[in-house]
Amino acid sequence: MVQINGEAVNAAGKTIGAYLKDAGIDPQRVAVEYNGKILSKDAYDTTQMSDDDVVEIVNFVGGGC
Amino acid sequence: MEKDQLVIGGHAFDSRFILGSGKYSFELIDAAVKHAGAQIVTCAIRRTKPGEQNIMDYIPKGVTLLPNTSGSRTAEDAIRIAHMARELGCGDFVKLEVIPDTKYLLPDNGMTIEATKVLAKEGFIVMPYMFPDLNAAKALADAGAAAIMPLGAPIGSNQGLASKAFIQILIDEIDLPIIVDAGIGRPSQACEAMEMGADAIMANTALATAGDIPMMASAFKSAIEAGRKAYHAGLGRVLVRGGAPSDPTTGTLHD
Repeated sequence: MVQINGEAVNAAGKTIGAYLKDAGIDPQRVAVEYNGKILSKDAYDTTQMSDDDVVEIVNFVGGGC
Repeated sequence: MEKDQLVIGGHAFDSRFILGSGKYSFELIDAAVKHAGAQIVTCAIRRTKPGEQNIMDYIPKGVTLLPNTSGSRTAEDAIRIAHMARELGCGDFVKLEVIPDTKYLLPDNGMTIEATKVLAKEGFIVMPYMFPDLNAAKALADAGAAAIMPLGAPIGSNQGLASKAFIQILIDEIDLPIIVDAGIGRPSQACEAMEMGADAIMANTALATAGDIPMMASAFKSAIEAGRKAYHAGLGRVLVRGGAPSDPTTGTLHD
């Protein structure tokens, strides 16, 4: 299982790009951290997830003080 | 008078009002930004939830997005979130928040200094949120901060300038823009901060919890402009005791 945004997901073997596409997430609108490092967008389609990988997918939301 | 601009990290702004975008509907962001005359809008970074509306569709063109590192409890968290923000592609600005305390949401100055050092070296335009302490502000300046953002009162409290005397010290002693962040609950408090010589103010909750958000944005704009003008004009003096006549003292019916 792959840890994606804190949840165990059965996504081993899938690329980041394919995961985003299947989840309906626009890759231009997110940043992906893959095992603690920012993953550049051109690596989304070539980075295949493995069991125990930790992936964070984030975007901008409203915020202030 | 020359054009009175706010300059942060080499970027010049005509507006001195930094607007938050939290706690109100995205549909109101455009109106709030326009009524506030704001050129900088803050946002946060969170885990993506598929299907959620995206704030980027609601931020007016030409506005500088200032991502914050809210949710960071350590310097490492904040550095990590800053990297994510930069990857999201809206420039090098970051409003640095390191907040281990969940009750009062008070920032940790020590860890904020640590994170500022790292991020400034990496080319970020770092705007640290801090508890108004002169020594910490000096350390932040030395660490490469582009502005200092002292709190007026706890985030979201609308309590105003509870730390007024200490913010004044920062304004007087620190050679960077001082932007009063957090706590400002009403336009009069924003005006007062500007009269004191603050370079800008930031507000979010004061608007987000107001009855009419765009109208309150406009009220803040007027207050900030009035306060800035008063600062430039130089405030009239205060008499601790007694009064001084402002009418001619001769020619009264008693003469």
